[in-house]
Amino acid sequence: MKLDEFLISPAETARRHGPHDRIVMSSRVRLARNLRDAAFPGWAKKPERLKVLETIRPAVESLPEMKEAFSEVMDNLTTLDKQILVERHLISREHAAKGSGSGLVFNREESFCVMINEEDHLRMQALRPGLQLRQAWSAIDHLDSELEQRLDYAFNNELGYLTACPTNLGTAVRVSAMLHLPGLVLAEQINPIIQSVNKLGLAVRGLYGEGTEALGNVFQVSNQMTLGETETTIVERLDKVLSQIIEHEENARQILLEKKPKVVFNHIGRAYGILANAHSISSKETMNLLSLMRLGVDLGLFPAEERPKVDELFIVTQPAHLQKQFSDKLSAEERDLLRADMLRDRLKHVSRPDTKKGGAGLDKPANS
Amino acid sequence: MQCSICKEKPATVHLTQIVGDKMQKLDLCEDCAKAKGINDPTSFSLADADVLFGLGASQEIEQSGGGVETKCPRCGFTQADFKKSGRLGCPECYKTFAEGLEGLLKTMHKGTHHAGKVPEALRANREQSDRLKLLQKKLARAIEDENFEEAAQLRDEIKQITPRGTGLSVT
Repeated sequence: MKLDEFLISPAETARRHGPHDRIVMSSRVRLARNLRDAAFPGWAKKPERLKVLETIRPAVESLPEMKEAFSEVMDNLTTLDKQILVERHLISREHAAKGSGSGLVFNREESFCVMINEEDHLRMQALRPGLQLRQAWSAIDHLDSELEQRLDYAFNNELGYLTACPTNLGTAVRVSAMLHLPGLVLAEQINPIIQSVNKLGLAVRGLYGEGTEALGNVFQVSNQMTLGETETTIVERLDKVLSQIIEHEENARQILLEKKPKVVFNHIGRAYGILANAHSISSKETMNLLSLMRLGVDLGLFPAEERPKVDELFIVTQPAHLQKQFSDKLSAEERDLLRADMLRDRLKHVSRPDTKKGGAGLDKPANS
Repeated sequence: MQCSICKEKPATVHLTQIVGDKMQKLDLCEDCAKAKGINDPTSFSLADADVLFGLGASQEIEQSGGGVETKCPRCGFTQADFKKSGRLGCPECYKTFAEGLEGLLKTMHKGTHHAGKVPEALRANREQSDRLKLLQKKLARAIEDENFEEAAQLRDEIKQITPRGTGLSVT
């Protein structure tokens, strides 16, 4: 099966809704599992990795959740396909670098995705739009309980699930949410927030996880410690912290509008001006400006109907997605031109930000 | 002070971060700091860094090895490999390097005893082994206190739940 025929279209993805999705773009819970009798992928020789893949892949495919699934070995995917999967947040950048001996299975709704032989034999994740950590946890917990009947996991009474990296030991769970925080960034309150979140033992990362920058004012918050407490405790703590961050972000937006409306309108107006009129624009600048347009929608400067368009552009202007639309191999410079063409065309009918309506969006109850 | 990563250039970037209730410190030269993205505080958290992990981890394991290179009998993984990658070789490595890992896990996690999910098939077994451990602890205390009546009772209880043939002795 071809990947692009299976993937949900970006337009459809952008229309998915979840609680608090103005600020929380998505929730994710990931579990790491390993087979008892095999070396971890980073240390195993190729025949052993292939054996693990041959054991795990059919087990995953046989799950009821994976009835209609895309299942492929990594060596059958092109570099471009892998990059698309990274841009969709379905696989990690580390997994995209894998070839022979690694695999991938995800379902039609893209709500479950299992990476085989990434850093661990199994990295399975449940994804949900908006703030739905508990739902994501119970979904992946269930999937894992089904898989444990089919596979022989490495588990130790004292240390829990054994993982390649000792930082993941125990529950081997990573609970995370992707947050859009332009208000806190504009109000210059983001650093103290990150620091206090760090103090709670949680990590704040950029758009693509470990070691990446916070493009488009998107941040990932996740637990750091995995051993010594239950999954539910971890989920509840993160949920509590996220509610606080949401509140801080809402407050920051409100205060910005009250105290420095011109600064906010200036940022959003310029973002619109550049996106709608540029003839060459990088992916990084595009994301940062689309973030401001998204804020503009939240604040009522653009009609609410424009939100899916902005969210879709967030996806389709990224390098691999852009490349996929053209048959010739594009250079970065060519991509910048075509990206600008696409943006001008898609924003043609979006009218200028209406600052008289600024703030209207704040009174609306959060999508829940 | 030398940079803790390259161990060549003088350290000019000093990071302290409190994660949970533990303080973590890192001293880096300008180049290494830049390479690790530490000059941009929004994208960096100490706990995140393989930097920190690589350092602390390998040192602890090295110390516990006492100079003799330990090798995992199951997969051939060594301390040097751990120092290089910060990852272990196979599930069995957790036994092989248990001593060195213990201190490391303490700094890394909330606790060192797994509190979360247990595979269904192992649940009964785990409950039993937890109970056995508790009884043995109680037994040791009873003997120490010369409370032999209680000790005898505990010994019988332990005998009852000890699976036959495991060679677990209670004397």
